[in-house]
Amino acid sequence: MTSAALLSGNEAIARGAWEAGVDFATGYPGTPSTEILEVLATLPGPRCQWSVNEKVALEVGIGASWCGARVLVTMKHVGVNVAADPLFTLSYTGVRGGLVLVSADDPHLFSSQNEQDNRHYARFAKVPMLEPADSQEARDFTMRAFALSEEFDTPVMLRSVTRLSHAKGRVSFGTRSASPVEKRFTREPEKLVMVPEFGRRRHRLVEERTLKLVALAETSDLNREIPGRSGEPGIIAAGIAYQYAREAFPGASFLKLGMCWPLPRKRIEAFAARHERVIVVEELDPFLEEQIRSWGIAVEGASTRSLVGELNPTLVAEAWGGGAPPALACCPSDLPGRPPVLCPGCPHRGIFSLLKTRRVIVSGDIGCYTLAALPPLSALDTCLCMGASLGVAHGIERGLPPGERRQVVAVIGDGTFFHSGLTPLVDLVYNHAHTLTIVLDNRTTAMTGRQEHPGTGRTLAGEPSAEVSIAAIGRAMGIPEVVQTDAYDLPRLGAELDRLLATPGPALLVNRGACVLLTRAPHGPVLVVDPVKCDGCRRCLVVACPALALTGAGKEARAVVDPALCTGCGVCAAHCDRGAFSPLSGGPR
Amino acid sequence: MSGTTNVLLAGVGGQGVLLGSEVLAEVAALAGFEVKKSEVHGMAQRGGSVVSHLRLGAEVFSPLISRGAADYLVSFERLETLRYLDFLHAGSVVLVNNQQIAPLPVGVGKAVYPADIETRLQATGVRCSFVEGHAIALAAGNAKAVNAVILGALSAIMPFAPELWEEALRHQIPARLLDLNLRAFALGRGTREPPRVR
Repeated sequence: MTSAALLSGNEAIARGAWEAGVDFATGYPGTPSTEILEVLATLPGPRCQWSVNEKVALEVGIGASWCGARVLVTMKHVGVNVAADPLFTLSYTGVRGGLVLVSADDPHLFSSQNEQDNRHYARFAKVPMLEPADSQEARDFTMRAFALSEEFDTPVMLRSVTRLSHAKGRVSFGTRSASPVEKRFTREPEKLVMVPEFGRRRHRLVEERTLKLVALAETSDLNREIPGRSGEPGIIAAGIAYQYAREAFPGASFLKLGMCWPLPRKRIEAFAARHERVIVVEELDPFLEEQIRSWGIAVEGASTRSLVGELNPTLVAEAWGGGAPPALACCPSDLPGRPPVLCPGCPHRGIFSLLKTRRVIVSGDIGCYTLAALPPLSALDTCLCMGASLGVAHGIERGLPPGERRQVVAVIGDGTFFHSGLTPLVDLVYNHAHTLTIVLDNRTTAMTGRQEHPGTGRTLAGEPSAEVSIAAIGRAMGIPEVVQTDAYDLPRLGAELDRLLATPGPALLVNRGACVLLTRAPHGPVLVVDPVKCDGCRRCLVVACPALALTGAGKEARAVVDPALCTGCGVCAAHCDRGAFSPLSGGPR
Repeated sequence: MSGTTNVLLAGVGGQGVLLGSEVLAEVAALAGFEVKKSEVHGMAQRGGSVVSHLRLGAEVFSPLISRGAADYLVSFERLETLRYLDFLHAGSVVLVNNQQIAPLPVGVGKAVYPADIETRLQATGVRCSFVEGHAIALAAGNAKAVNAVILGALSAIMPFAPELWEEALRHQIPARLLDLNLRAFALGRGTREPPRVR
């Protein structure tokens, strides 16, 4: 029985995995991958869970696969960096039940710290990679990936990008069938114990496997040709770039690669031989192009396009001379920007408004609070990758000249702390660092849409679970000063901050306040500014609250609160030394 | 690019742009078209600019609309309209929710909200109409129903039967908010000014 629906790429991947009989799924939330597990968790059958990070997710997935379970592991592109250690050796050991690793890349860095091209991982780890071009293929290729994984005894990577994961299209789908592999663990050290001697043997098998996969790629319908008009170029493309190229070159013929690693050399040579002009249309790195050129095939490629950012049909047309409609007008360049901001009532606002006024270096991390780097808060000095705030802070302390008295503060969210904050915290305690670590404990993984984590006391499936205490972890590590504060109690928070900054040795401040999108409840009555008391000093504006604005100019300038947005959290009022803020009597709450 | 209809929906995070495009996608699918739509989640949703590309036709390849190829630009906020002028063509129709939401740089006095939005839109020569979404949503019972008002106004200029819109709304809107949204949709559908060259 088949049905159809409009599904996002992520929903379609979940659907495909479900139909393929996936037994177990895990991953770590990260845009644009997050919804895959969230959707799969709503379907009956597979056990789905969030892992603390991508490395652990893949390792748990590997264990399940070695028992014969079909396993889906999901993460964003930078998550694969975290999972790279198990991935590269999993390539050697292979699988038992099919294991599909989804890498959701983010060209243009819509919500990421870099735009690395994870197709390189397939080549680097010597594993096949499928690259769907729309939601239907996302569902179909996911199902194919499980079968390929078992047939070739390899993990299979499925690469998505933002424009696939978060694009919707019509998908035909069927029903769930049971995974085909028997569930049991059998000892097989030559396969599962990667000591050097066994590793060497497995490596030979990996190289043989790649040759078999090339043979498959030469004939598989995962790669297909779409004939075009004679005289038009031949275009080699995979994934979402194929769609843009179809749009910009409606008459061209296409070699559409559904498997972007390994590549079918003979098929590409034959396709190229039949076309005077061959273009490789791809986003980010010239991954296909470099491989194809290495075979002596003349193709046009990245030299006429940018290696930066995502493609679209207009950019494809501009780069290689395809058809594009003329634009009627230009986009004005003088418009005020509309950067993302911390929500009204956000528990992160208060601590950053205090840090801004202290003479400290703030080493930041990945989460909503990274937005504190933007003006007018401008209270975050570094952001590198998940969990880096502690190590970088520790390193800044080591790198600063001895006379430099500035304190170094690491700021990390609760979800990110569980992801990769524990080991650098142990490291700085062990090495006698003086870093003050502040955990912004908003009781959820906020940035990616409020997922559970070990500190929330709930699992992805909604079951109650152990609620791991961050403060207790700090005490167990032997940190002498472990303090818990209320994120909205700014006087106490400021006092604790100053005390801890003045205390030598490592310290841990757990600053707790639930994400406003989690509670969706006001903190108190809406605030109102008394225009007589307010002198327009703008000190309150530093908190960068969307509910707070300045009206009037010059001496007439006054702060004003938007009652539709204000949650009554009072952080702005704490920065007013004229007492101009007061609760709105008879207000909406 | 012939044979497809392209709708660009723009606005501010929290205004319901994505739900609006979800409803329209379902309407188009119910009408028998192939639909693709694309948008960005995550960082862009924290009060930042939000844009959704929606394309429908017999066969749709790219989920993104090409520059100069938006047949409809539906803007949930005045300023946001101007960010997408390069998507317009001479036959485009622009529907603007006449609501002003100051971006943070404007709120803190570091930038100025443009005063000449109508003039700049007029200069393009495209058909443009404004709907008082915020006021109409309040009249319907809640400011948060502004997206349903805008969909109502859009429904009056797109060639889909009202029943399809209603079916999609019933499917997409939580039951407890459905009456409010249907009311807002109807008001939006009725009060739109007719498209004209301004």
